[in-house]
Amino acid sequence: MKQFISFVKKEFYHIGRDRRTLFILLVMPIVQIIIFGFALTNEVKNSSIAVLDQANDVGTRSIIAELDASNYFTVQKNLNSYKEVESEFKKGKIKMVIVFPQNFATDIKHFNKAQIQFITDASDPNLANTMNSYASNIIMDYQNRINQDLKLPYRIKTEYRMLYNAQLKGAYSFVPGVMSMVLMLICTMMTAITIVKEKELGTMEVMLVSPVQPLKIVIAKAVPYLLLSTINITTILLLSVFVLDVPINGSIILLVSEAILFTLTSLALGLLISTVTDSQQTAMFISLTGMFLPTVMLSGFMFPIENMPLPLQIISNIVPAKWFYFIVKSVMIKGVGLASVWRETLILVAMTGFFLLLSIKKFKIRLA
Amino acid sequence: MKAVLAENLVKRYGDKRSHTEALKEVSFEVKQGELFGIIGPDGAGKTSLFRILTTLLLPDGGNATVDGYDVVKDFKSIRKRVGYMPGRFSLYQDLSVAENLEFFATIFETSIEENYELIKDIYSQIEPFKDRKAGKLSGGMKQKLALSCALIHRPSVLFLDEPTTGVDAVSRMEFWDMLQGLKKQGITILVSTPYMDEASLCDRVALIQTGNILSINSPENIISNFGRSLVAVRSNKMFDLLKDLKYFEGTEDVYAFGEYHHLVLKNSSSLAEVKEFLSARHFDSEATMVTPGIEDCFIALMKSS
Repeated sequence: MKQFISFVKKEFYHIGRDRRTLFILLVMPIVQIIIFGFALTNEVKNSSIAVLDQANDVGTRSIIAELDASNYFTVQKNLNSYKEVESEFKKGKIKMVIVFPQNFATDIKHFNKAQIQFITDASDPNLANTMNSYASNIIMDYQNRINQDLKLPYRIKTEYRMLYNAQLKGAYSFVPGVMSMVLMLICTMMTAITIVKEKELGTMEVMLVSPVQPLKIVIAKAVPYLLLSTINITTILLLSVFVLDVPINGSIILLVSEAILFTLTSLALGLLISTVTDSQQTAMFISLTGMFLPTVMLSGFMFPIENMPLPLQIISNIVPAKWFYFIVKSVMIKGVGLASVWRETLILVAMTGFFLLLSIKKFKIRLA
Repeated sequence: MKAVLAENLVKRYGDKRSHTEALKEVSFEVKQGELFGIIGPDGAGKTSLFRILTTLLLPDGGNATVDGYDVVKDFKSIRKRVGYMPGRFSLYQDLSVAENLEFFATIFETSIEENYELIKDIYSQIEPFKDRKAGKLSGGMKQKLALSCALIHRPSVLFLDEPTTGVDAVSRMEFWDMLQGLKKQGITILVSTPYMDEASLCDRVALIQTGNILSINSPENIISNFGRSLVAVRSNKMFDLLKDLKYFEGTEDVYAFGEYHHLVLKNSSSLAEVKEFLSARHFDSEATMVTPGIEDCFIALMKSS
């Protein structure tokens, strides 16, 4: 035990004295949350639109005013002819043009129907779709309001409610995502690197010719990163609650314990990588391409797994982050309890055990 | 009981089709309390040998014991009782001198106080810098710290792999003095070095070349076994001199040796004949008899094997 404590102490010295790395480890989650929260968002917020109003009557003007008043759009320009539409898009600032035909008001009055055209810059298809539906909604609202007094004989009205994330905030999906990314990066990569570093510097050679059980060396490496990860989990949760307004609907204790479980999975994975590599470069490469990329791509955080081809869907099952992402989303956003995520939790526990056993089996007690 | 016993040790690297044999049936023994040198150039197999004896590598053939324990089966017992200092500085550079020593004391389940007597002479020299990071020490001080760490648990056998490589001449001498001191404390020491001049500081040496042991003996005996006359020759045209000496009929071997050429004479020849031979072509040359050093013996053994 005394040996183990002095090992852990040594690891803290290593981490504490490498100020720059420590700084990066502690600041990275903050920066990621902020980048994802404010910069990398695909939400529609104050998008610049232009209007080609050929009618210029009471009806069209109030619709334009409604659009402009919403948070989603800002009317930047009034166009005078169709020719200008394409050149506006090419300038890049305007994302959508709304075209009202001549006689808009009279059409409504005489034929009970009028047309509005949305022209959208679909170079970003998701954004285009979202803008279309937002604009349609605003116009639908307007229409309902002017039809209030009318009684139409037959009408089917669809009404939809978005559960758990009514405002369709991106933060709801990327907070769990960033959490799995950060934990994966710190735990897996950093543990793998520090162990391999001992091999590279030759200190492992000296350590092996000593009475210490190799397992102790390796476990001691993981302890400081477990602590560091707990700090990061806390920062991420605090930031998401107080800066991004993402609520924690479920039990916070369950959420934190699940995060610690995932930390352990990542640590075990890092140990496994360290046992099969001999250079820091290889360890980093494996952690980044072999672990980090699948975490981003196949966990469901960037791209929905349901939309992937079947082989990728199957592969995604071996990505630990996929299960963690599901757990965090369920507990944090939906507010469910352990009863709903016990299967995923069990999978993570099994994965951790498997990685640990494999790395103990693979740990070399000699040099070659 | 022998402190170290190696029998027909074989070590190969690489796959079956193209492999290099780092050790070819190496056998030797080291007595308790002996200062034993393993001397050979780079690539001779010194590090492989040390790694097998310290249980870091498995031999591909033969067997070895340290303190009576088998290096393969009883590796755990060996790891408890030997001290090992690898060729490369292998302490934690970002830990201070004191932290390093303390760390190694704990992992060997002892404390600095317990064995301070043993390391006092060595450690006291670096103690004034005990708060300095190990990475910031000079080469000689690093060696002293590494030696202190390897000794902290009072090992019965100490393995030092090229401890003086890359260390200045003064520190090298100091280091050998420390080894003599440790020998007096009854610690068996195996030390490898590529420097032939350090051989004379050992009790016995094994000369090793491309995985073969050329000779095992005390340095004095190795030199006395040389058995031929050695002449140091120099002139203003060293290159021509070397070429010409190869055609001298009394020459058994001739090679450049520092600022001289060393000429090994056949038993039939003599210094007078050398001088006579030279007087015809190299007026300014000088030739004197010298006693052979370990390096001369090494070259002779290498060529005869």
